[in-house]
Amino acid sequence: MFPDSKIPEGPLAEKWDKHKFNVKLVNPANKRKYDVIVVGTGLAGASAAASLAELGYNVKAFTFHDSPRRAHSIAAQGGINAAKNYQNDGDSVFRLFYDTIKGGDYRAREANVYRLAQVSVNIIDQCVAQGVPFAREYGGLLANRSFGGAQVSRTFYARGQTGQQLLLGAYSALSRQVAYGKVKLYTRSEMLDVVVVDGQARGIITRNLITGEIEQHAAHAVVLATGGYGNVFYLSTNAMYCNVTAAWRAHKRGAYFANPCFTQIHPTCIPVSGDYQSKLTLMSESLRNDGRVWVPKTVETAERIRKGQLKASDVPEEDRDYFLERKYPAFGNLVPRDVASRNAKQMCDEGRGVGSTGLAVYLDFADIIKRTGAEAVAQKYGNLFDMYAKITDENPYQEPMRIYPAVHYTMGGLWVDYNLQTTIPGLYATGECNFSDHGANRLGASALMQGLADGYFVIPYTIGDYLAQTPPKPVTTDHPAFKQTEAEVRARVQKLMSINGTRTPDDFHKHLGHLMWEYCGMARNAEGLRYAKAEIQKLRKEFWSDLKLTGTENELNQALEKAGRVADFIELGELMVDDALDRNESCGGHFREEFATEEGEAKRDDENYAYVAAWQYVGENQPEILNKEQLVFENVKLTQRSYK
Amino acid sequence: MAGSNPNAKPMNLTLKVWRQKNRNTQGSIVDYQVKDISPDMSFLEMLDVLNEDLLRKGEEPVAFDHDCREGICGSCNLFINGRAHGPESGTTTCQLHMRKFNDGDTITIEPWRAAAFPVNKDLSVDRSAFDRIIQAGGYVSINTGGTPDANEIPIPKQIADRAFEAATCIGCGACVASCKNASAMLFVSAKVSQLALLPQGHVERKTRVENMVAQMDKEGFGACTNIGSCAAECPVGISLENIAILNQEFLLAKATSNNLA
Amino acid sequence: MSWISKTFSSSIGRKIIMAVTGLFLCSFLVVHLVGNLQLFKADNGVAFNAYSEFMGHNPLIRTLEIVLVLGFGFHIYEGLTLAAKNRAARGGQGYVSNHIEQNSSWHSRSMAMLGSIVLFFLIVHLYNFFGSLRFTDVPRDANGNEDAYALVLAAFKNPLYVTLYVVAQIALLYHLLHGFSSAFQTLGLTHRKYTPAIKFVGYAFSIIVCAAFAAMPIYFYFFK
Repeated sequence: MFPDSKIPEGPLAEKWDKHKFNVKLVNPANKRKYDVIVVGTGLAGASAAASLAELGYNVKAFTFHDSPRRAHSIAAQGGINAAKNYQNDGDSVFRLFYDTIKGGDYRAREANVYRLAQVSVNIIDQCVAQGVPFAREYGGLLANRSFGGAQVSRTFYARGQTGQQLLLGAYSALSRQVAYGKVKLYTRSEMLDVVVVDGQARGIITRNLITGEIEQHAAHAVVLATGGYGNVFYLSTNAMYCNVTAAWRAHKRGAYFANPCFTQIHPTCIPVSGDYQSKLTLMSESLRNDGRVWVPKTVETAERIRKGQLKASDVPEEDRDYFLERKYPAFGNLVPRDVASRNAKQMCDEGRGVGSTGLAVYLDFADIIKRTGAEAVAQKYGNLFDMYAKITDENPYQEPMRIYPAVHYTMGGLWVDYNLQTTIPGLYATGECNFSDHGANRLGASALMQGLADGYFVIPYTIGDYLAQTPPKPVTTDHPAFKQTEAEVRARVQKLMSINGTRTPDDFHKHLGHLMWEYCGMARNAEGLRYAKAEIQKLRKEFWSDLKLTGTENELNQALEKAGRVADFIELGELMVDDALDRNESCGGHFREEFATEEGEAKRDDENYAYVAAWQYVGENQPEILNKEQLVFENVKLTQRSYK
Repeated sequence: MAGSNPNAKPMNLTLKVWRQKNRNTQGSIVDYQVKDISPDMSFLEMLDVLNEDLLRKGEEPVAFDHDCREGICGSCNLFINGRAHGPESGTTTCQLHMRKFNDGDTITIEPWRAAAFPVNKDLSVDRSAFDRIIQAGGYVSINTGGTPDANEIPIPKQIADRAFEAATCIGCGACVASCKNASAMLFVSAKVSQLALLPQGHVERKTRVENMVAQMDKEGFGACTNIGSCAAECPVGISLENIAILNQEFLLAKATSNNLA
Repeated sequence: MSWISKTFSSSIGRKIIMAVTGLFLCSFLVVHLVGNLQLFKADNGVAFNAYSEFMGHNPLIRTLEIVLVLGFGFHIYEGLTLAAKNRAARGGQGYVSNHIEQNSSWHSRSMAMLGSIVLFFLIVHLYNFFGSLRFTDVPRDANGNEDAYALVLAAFKNPLYVTLYVVAQIALLYHLLHGFSSAFQTLGLTHRKYTPAIKFVGYAFSIIVCAAFAAMPIYFYFFK
């Protein structure tokens, strides 16, 4: 039987309030008797650690970075949504809920999404009180901008650095609790396993990245806020250290993994320039407000551009194909991320891509520069144009930008119930680490919202429900499960060190990334997926027999760290392929070529696939069991998205 | 296969890299050759090439800190050819590209140097002193929940913008690394002035600056002598103006706070 | 430790002492310069000797002299302490390659060295004039004032002294070029409107004061 998702009864708008009343509370004097481990110190982790410590729990916070402030939340550019309706333009909690459910292509839980929209307004209050310098109008009140997938202006922002400012806010709250002694901070500590005692999560095993020491940490509950797994594709807009290890280890200890194939491909990234490329850089979605996307009309023209014989600005108007404007006259260049990405890929597949690799389309600002002048454009997008110029050595004021889609976010993640608890009691997952609120596609400016909602306003309530039912007796690492798990972690590290083959971790990672991008990327089909599955299995065998590492495990060894993460990515990759194969429909970020409308648009199958695919690990080299959580829609009507 | 410039010629370079086993051992400069470096590579991608090469040869790769590679996380911290984050101003190491160098160049790569930033290994240093300074007071003491509506306190746009500019500090430590005195004043001042400018920070204004400066001194950073290297090398352009604000805040706090200890 | 000693032993506190004493010493330079301009009067030192006599015996001036000594004392002591602390903060291992000249001016980095030159000069200078006037019997001029002018005349015929004095003024010039506006920055007295003016005044002050002081030995060596 599928575990209870614990969605409260009653009308949508009252579920969260009722639930908050119904959950059990830990009496204030008892809170200090409970220890909570929080892994990850990004938006979801830092906010959770700080809020739990404020309540009185003893928190241990872990990050593999040298400081909590380095978490990748810091790189979010655009903004954070909140249903404040400060602009008087008709926004409401229900509208934010509706836009998010629809944007997610109806593959998220109504109750979770509604709660997210409800607490979104508290997040802004909280952050402003912390001193987060959001953009303001001349009158001194907060400014908003609009973002994709919404018809109201509800996005709060701090220039192009919203994630940075929000993270530094959460980091400051966390730092305050460290100073008070309520949070013990472990930096450069990577979680390598969860310790499960009698079916309950009771601690973690970590590796100190500087000394290599393997350590045991016990607590009454464990919160994973370890981010997404976009780096399974090797190239993504994620930071270099982003990985799935914490979530994957939890999965292998019994936590279900939900919708792994739901990955978001962002349409406007700087294209790959060579084999050496280590990561991809996002150009904010806001650019599509003023930039026009095009490729040459003919393959011949495109070829001349690729060979450097022709400049983009020399291509006459009649030889250009503004394909988004042509195909989607109503939305034009502002179609959602998944649609824009697929169309760019299609153009390049037709041989009309530009750049020396042929894997790019143009994002042209000539019109707006002509209309408003270069200065006005610089005012609006100056920092993005500068970043583009720095990376590509091209001047986007003169030549159009070259862009191409790149992996950006993963909607899938650890399955959690309404309390954000995984299928292991006492183990919680927050932020991008869980599968929760975005369905099959995430709207812009919603990731920051979800991370902070989970950390500030959900987990502090819901974790109490579990702890209240746990006796307030000290937990220690005395239980044999700790010794056992530590031994397994050590064995794994030693195995990695002792293979002594020829290929580097990066080499395997690139190989895996190539397979994933080609066969489980922007467009997938059954044949390709089956091929990829076989290849990934081969790769896994090769990894464990031909990996090359140097140095020892008792020191800072970045190649060893990488190897452990790649090993988990390989296993996850296979599960993603399985999930993509199972889902015989196209929805949001998951596009199966076999399931498309006649115009080539995604075709959902609500009758058969309106479920959350929650995968259950049963043992090494055994196929995972698929558990289905049926999604029930009582407040929205499921419709096919159309942007024509 | 260069992306932007099909005519860009690959480069061969000599690297002089600081190698150090751990905090307790002596380090030294070791020479390496890297070949066929594309001008479109970022500096860190060039080091990736070196590390792949070393690993394949059975040698230990060079340890260095990095993560987002977009210039915002503040992890990367290399002292390149005598400059923090290398020769291009307003740029983190990860956003420095090899086209700023020439074929045949010799490039010296060292870790940040400061008594308060001990070397972990090779080019990786320990910057936890920065965290401890923030823990001493770089926050507004409010708990989650119970905060007033975000629009309750209007803040003049100019003030909000100045606070934002101070708040953009990425905590990389280039200021300390390039300062002759290894002073952390630019870092500290960025946080102090952000919260001194905003009304939210006013309640704890005096204790904040007193405690943060005390922690800064305790960590062993030097004193500011207004040389300006820090602001010149800051990849995000934190201004010296913030240090003046810090001095002002400190003087005012010491003169008027009720703290007798 | 009381809050006062804590304040002034902190890094910013020490800098505040440097700034306050530095600006005070600047004011001393002005007074000293104005008085010494009497040297250029073509009266064979009558006015200068009268001024010198006044400075040496007026009770108010003698009291201020103590403040001046304290000003110098603190400036020198804190300057040397800061230099030592800052060197320690840099850590044992220096950079193999450091192009600090690309991000800062030479004189701003060389304040301790420039200050030390000025200090050395100050000792010689005190020995030359102050020591002779205060502690030995100096012949008197026609008006019965100690003939300080004769001392100046004699000293500035010595090329070694002239060179030292000129070099010291160059050192002082660079010391002030940074020190003057730096003091305002340290005291937090900056403003987008006024800081450019402070910088300009600082430059003008440094150049005028040092040039005028340097002119004295040169004038006496070549033209007297």
